[in-house]
Amino acid sequence: MRVSMDIELKDVPGQMLLALQPLSECRANLITVLHHHQKLTPRKTVPVQLVLETRPENIPDIKARLEENGIKVVRVGEHRFRESINVVLIGHVVHTGIQDTIDEIDKTGFAEVADLTLSMPGIDMISSALIKINALGKEEIQKSLNILKEVSAKKDLLMVLPIDVQA
Amino acid sequence: MKTVRCSIIGFGAIGQGVAEVLLMKKEYLENMGLDVRVIAVVDSRGATLSPEGVDLADCLARKREKGTVAQEKITGLEVIKSIDHELVIETTPTNIETGGAGLQNMLAAFEKGLDVVTSNKGPLTLKYRELVETAKAAGSKFRFEATVGGSMPVINFAKEVLAGNNIRSIKGILNGTCNYILTRMLEERASYTDILAESMELGIAETDPTYDVEGIDTACKLVILANAIFGLDTTYEDVDVTGITKITPEALEMAYENGHVIKLIGEVSRDRIHVAPRLVPINHPLAVGGTLNVASLDTELAGEITVTGRGAGSVETASAILSDLVSIYREQ
Repeated sequence: MRVSMDIELKDVPGQMLLALQPLSECRANLITVLHHHQKLTPRKTVPVQLVLETRPENIPDIKARLEENGIKVVRVGEHRFRESINVVLIGHVVHTGIQDTIDEIDKTGFAEVADLTLSMPGIDMISSALIKINALGKEEIQKSLNILKEVSAKKDLLMVLPIDVQA
Repeated sequence: MKTVRCSIIGFGAIGQGVAEVLLMKKEYLENMGLDVRVIAVVDSRGATLSPEGVDLADCLARKREKGTVAQEKITGLEVIKSIDHELVIETTPTNIETGGAGLQNMLAAFEKGLDVVTSNKGPLTLKYRELVETAKAAGSKFRFEATVGGSMPVINFAKEVLAGNNIRSIKGILNGTCNYILTRMLEERASYTDILAESMELGIAETDPTYDVEGIDTACKLVILANAIFGLDTTYEDVDVTGITKITPEALEMAYENGHVIKLIGEVSRDRIHVAPRLVPINHPLAVGGTLNVASLDTELAGEITVTGRGAGSVETASAILSDLVSIYREQ
């Protein structure tokens, strides 16, 4: 089962390790980590959103171990992203900053890049990427595609969309 | 028996296909009560004329041997203006910048009250409204099924077979050359340039493949569909076009591993006309390979209906011309 988990870390070094160790110990598969370092809570903690794949019966154990490590677990829920879409990007995907392209989607909060396959046949050659975007719903999928469309236009990337979405 | 005197203007691959099909179907047409008599065959160098009907087998043989049917120095336009007949089969090459000879031929035919059946996209892409209105005012029949999808029925299918259904959108693969290139790139994991070269060698792509690979040909066909089926008044300028030249074998492979093929898809509805490479699920009705064309019509009452068939080829395209001819004269 895919689970999303909102946790808060103290704004001191080494906290992320304390958050990830219990996941590894409980053999949960970490899908995404969103580290909102710039958005400190009023408690001066750093909000982090995790999405992980695990058995439901492991969740209480994960939660307990996180709390033992001094990590506040704010919310645990079934994975909230209900829609997903695959998009192919072709062009100088890497040279023009792939991280930046991903960030544009991830920072929306309503969608995230869940998977990325990249193929670079050679230096200076055109590369291709297959990106999987997860989002809250259909409307959010369309919004994230619009963002991706703007980014692609700026970076001169060809975006190949699935046939069933509005291009 | 009803005699239909017709001219074949343009004797390239499609014009020759029409001649072959008329020879093949002579008896079939006669059984239907139609004596289709070709009184002129015209190519770029001149014409063969005969009021009693030219010998089509002889025309085909001469074209193959000498490269022309010309026996008399007369143009298609002059034939239309000066020789009595009922139907102009207009199969001159497409020119989407000016409409070329085809546009002049069609307008001249309507001026004389002749019917026109054509495979030439150029005039319809540029001057659809003018052509249709001129034909209507003159009482001429004007049919152009062969302009979209070759042998595959789309226009008549939507307007006649599906009559009464409101058609919401049409999506499909309308260019066999692009479909062939994308299919082969995936099969061979070869680059666009390599497969384009192969397509040229096989005669699937033209020496200047720009119209096909840049999506222009698909866009022109969408314009015709938009005007003929959706009643719009659009031109090529209204289409948002992306071609296939940037597609990489790696992108095709990644898409395939993810359960998709990449196809150049044309899409038309009342609000938008769009051509772009799209991800199509492998088991989707539009995921046809090779040089095939396919169109999926989203209809109000009947849901999705998909047709597929050969989008090019001389006899295949001539079959669409034949069906237009039959539908004009059968019921009169």
